[in-house]
Amino acid sequence: MNKPAFDVQATNAASRKAAPRKLSLKERYNLMTGDLGWETTYQPMDKVFPYDQFEGIKIHNWEGWQDPFRLTMDAYWKFQGEKERKLYAIIDAFQQNNAQFNVTDARYINALKLFFQGVSPLEYAASRGYALAGRNLRGVGARVACQMQAIDELRHAQTQIHTISHYNKFFSGLHENSYMFDRLWYLSVPKSFFEDAMSAGPFEFVTAISFGFEYVLTNLLFMPFMSGAAFNGDMATVTFGFSAQSDESRHMTLGLEIVKFLLEQDPDNLPIVQHWIDKWFWRGYRLLALVAMMMDYMLPKRVMSWSEAWEIYFEKNGGALFEDLARYGIRLPKYHEVASKEKGHLSHQTWATFYNYTHATAMHTWIPEPHEMDWLSAKYPDTFDKYYRPRFEYWDSLAKQDKRWFNPGLPMLCQTCQIPMLFTDVGSDPTRVVSRESVYRGTKYHFCSDGCKDVFDYEPEKYVQAYLPVNQIFQGNCGGSSLSDVVNWCHVEPADSGDFAQSEDRANWNRWTHADAGSEA
Amino acid sequence: MSANNNVFIALQATDEARSIIDAILADNPAATRIDYPAMVKIDAPGRLVVRRESVSERLGRDWDLRELQLSLISLSGNIDESDDEFCLVRG
Repeated sequence: MNKPAFDVQATNAASRKAAPRKLSLKERYNLMTGDLGWETTYQPMDKVFPYDQFEGIKIHNWEGWQDPFRLTMDAYWKFQGEKERKLYAIIDAFQQNNAQFNVTDARYINALKLFFQGVSPLEYAASRGYALAGRNLRGVGARVACQMQAIDELRHAQTQIHTISHYNKFFSGLHENSYMFDRLWYLSVPKSFFEDAMSAGPFEFVTAISFGFEYVLTNLLFMPFMSGAAFNGDMATVTFGFSAQSDESRHMTLGLEIVKFLLEQDPDNLPIVQHWIDKWFWRGYRLLALVAMMMDYMLPKRVMSWSEAWEIYFEKNGGALFEDLARYGIRLPKYHEVASKEKGHLSHQTWATFYNYTHATAMHTWIPEPHEMDWLSAKYPDTFDKYYRPRFEYWDSLAKQDKRWFNPGLPMLCQTCQIPMLFTDVGSDPTRVVSRESVYRGTKYHFCSDGCKDVFDYEPEKYVQAYLPVNQIFQGNCGGSSLSDVVNWCHVEPADSGDFAQSEDRANWNRWTHADAGSEA
Repeated sequence: MSANNNVFIALQATDEARSIIDAILADNPAATRIDYPAMVKIDAPGRLVVRRESVSERLGRDWDLRELQLSLISLSGNIDESDDEFCLVRG
């Protein structure tokens, strides 16, 4: 192994270890991180770091902040460089071998579109967010950790763009993700989620993203999604996914340390942190409705259902986590029981909504094949046949009469999560949509759930400013008054949207892979 | 909610990770292995340890614990890392 140059200076540590001139992990971390900070003298620290007190968080000793991986910059470059070399070798091989044709079927690509439109821009947003948080936190351990994470997240955005650009040569919906992210209605859900976090203070941001999102919830995204990509033959996505996820495990760990650090610093921090955990659990859970739909409907070969993933990663693993945190006075996030009750409904309701509005999206939808409906019945014995199968079968019968159902209206959006008001009251009547309201300064605001209403009621000044795509369309700010005006304004091309059965993607796929037994070839 | 005190580590199903997985299963008799496409998840009650020596033996070379980063997908539990051991613990 290469010896970094600074080890040469470390002769005084030699007596402590058997191997001479080599510092222990802890010593290296302290020298390469803690030693990089200083007390400013030209300006007082409070003026240099003006944003780390207004949230009410009290920090008495920043040295309590430790990166559990004790990763130092030199090791960071070395290991990240190695990850990149592996990843790009695989991307090259993938492209040279036309491996995009090895995925299960072209429907799968729509999961990739949703990921690329909705998640990859979040990686970039995270890079900006951590750069900002690192600038605003005065503890050196926190600053270094945020810096590394900002670089990680930038790497994720770049590697995803590089990987998926190859798919863009063959499939629709992948051509302008950053543009669509700013304009398309369903992408305002992830966009506003991250902008909510970035426009909070630095402590709320790291609690929201590192703990609430990364630690509590991202296993639900990355583990089933990437394993699902592997199961569906998408080698390139698996590779960028796991390459990113190996960074995520570091981020998640940091998320847990952040929460413990805040709670250990001062008892007054507890109610603030608990509020953030409640808020960001619910915000993150709502965002994952997209993942639920992807797992249950968009992977032609399925690894596990959303409901099973929720049980493993939230109920069991999250349960153990919150038992751990109980000694700090932290309890399970508010409304976690609502999320668990919704697990039998979430993916079906979300997919049904996308099916309704797929003429205004940059992806395709479809009715599940009969064997896929049977899988859903088996995985959701209490809900699928009773509430959802009849609806899909009815829509299927319409499509077969050439009357494929597209909803011509625009949905009402929740003021907080910006998802159409599609969630029902699964506790008492799963056919009834939940609708909550708050009046603030004479204007009425609408919410999909008690969780989203609570978030608004706590900081109404923030959420009244939300940019809601449907409201903006009606106000004439989105390119015009017709659907095609709006869709053009979002840079969605005709081939990007509509039912999969009529799509260019499907026709091309059949031609290229001869799936139609040569009829179009 | 039916909670438990399991910790877990998830690793890529690659040639290098195979040695890490074997070492973990040998060093943690209570651990259970679950195979998913491209991924192996190992659950263990309360505590799980990755030992540098055990992995080095199986790989036939000196393995730096921080190389774990190259194979890691996800984990759960509190981390305690030294030069020789990487531990995941509850509580």
